Amino acid sequence: MPIGRSAAELPRLSNEEILRYSRHLIIPEVGVEGQRRLKDARILMVGAGGLGSPIGLYLAAAGVGRLGIVEADVVDETNLQRQVLHGTKDVGRKKVESARDRIGDLNPNVEVVAHEAWLTSENALEIIGQYDLVVDGTDNFATRYLVNDACILLRKPNVYGSIFRFEGQATVFCTDDGPCYRCLYPEPPPPGLVPSCAEGGVLGILPGLVGVVQATEAVKLVTGVGEPLVGRLLLVEAARMEFRTVRLRKDPSCPACGTREIKALIDYQQFCGIRGDEDDVTGIPAITVTELAARRRRGDDLDLVDVREPHEWDIGRIEGARLAPLSRFAESLRTFDSARDTVLYCKVGGRSAKAVKQLQDAGFRKVWNLAGGIIKWSEEIDPNVPRY
Amino acid sequence: MPVTLRLPTVLARNAGGQTVHEAKGTTVGDVVADVAARFPELGPRLRDAKGDPYPYVIFYLNDEDIRFQEGFATRVADGAEIVVVPAIAGG
Repeated sequence: MPIGRSAAELPRLSNEEILRYSRHLIIPEVGVEGQRRLKDARILMVGAGGLGSPIGLYLAAAGVGRLGIVEADVVDETNLQRQVLHGTKDVGRKKVESARDRIGDLNPNVEVVAHEAWLTSENALEIIGQYDLVVDGTDNFATRYLVNDACILLRKPNVYGSIFRFEGQATVFCTDDGPCYRCLYPEPPPPGLVPSCAEGGVLGILPGLVGVVQATEAVKLVTGVGEPLVGRLLLVEAARMEFRTVRLRKDPSCPACGTREIKALIDYQQFCGIRGDEDDVTGIPAITVTELAARRRRGDDLDLVDVREPHEWDIGRIEGARLAPLSRFAESLRTFDSARDTVLYCKVGGRSAKAVKQLQDAGFRKVWNLAGGIIKWSEEIDPNVPRY
Repeated sequence: MPVTLRLPTVLARNAGGQTVHEAKGTTVGDVVADVAARFPELGPRLRDAKGDPYPYVIFYLNDEDIRFQEGFATRVADGAEIVVVPAIAGG
């Protein structure tokens, strides 16, 4: 069953559109009606990043009539390895504007609606309510639960995809009879357990693979072609290049789509246990990069310790530091001298705060966390240290 | 014939860098315990202190969710494949 109005109510195609979409029109399963359904479709992309890039490009090329984009971020250099919707010239621009320009060039028939905001419990129902379906390309658990619950409340399908390093997942949630995100994952992992792509990395091509699957499912839902990826979770493993589909079941006790006891959006930051700052550095003694630079200039005796992983150490390091990765920190404890002033750093200060805590617990008193980590050091003290 | 346990790459670093492990056991819980015994850091990533599965790490036995069977008590046959699917959120 396609989404949307009856065939008689669908908008007509211009001759320019008939030519542009000819390779669709000659597929019997799509045909003129399918293309008119795409033209009539209103699809909301949540996120214009790694997944949102192929989603936006392919849905625009396919002729989706109205493409909403919820995104408040700006393009930065580290996005360009995978976010092919944006180019080098767009660094520093708002992603919604960069996306609008690129999509406008690709297919001027598409109306791009920019929602320059983060999706929140306050705006989600109002924004999602304007669309037929949602394609979720967000990058955090809180927004995923928010998108799910809003889609359940509004009865809108949610085309889901998520990625990490070499692995991806995709499915279609929130159809009338299908499962939802809470059926799959009733509760989120505790904050900090699952690294984000910014912390853990992602193969640049992977969002291409997964985002294209999402775009395919969105087009199938709109046109009614084929069997949607409902009740099945596609697992993509790029390192071994294996694709597997496992069975997803609707949970009758699910509070969102089963018992429907969730009747309004909640505080998803709280639900996901986020305190506002995922790295708890409260009460951890800190030193600023300026103070550290001054102490080094004075020739103070300092043990400067990098607690990142060896592959990050290879990217760059603060001169004079030594490596003691947090993942094997217990083994390194004997290398520390409690009589010496010790400064620990990582990328931005979260992991080194944990390492400082471990040293404190072991009885060390003269130990400080470098606030802002090596990134701050690069920005304010030594630009020769590469940022990543 | 042993059972295969497939881990995602995010957990492989807690399991000697390998994603595919052969293991023994008559239930899913036994198989998990067998692999966890070899890699002490892996155990707490797969099950909680009481030995139960987490709500954000899902086990599929031959592509079927064990929560809709008998959880870790679900019996496994020789040659079965268990896939571990943790929640990821990157985009």
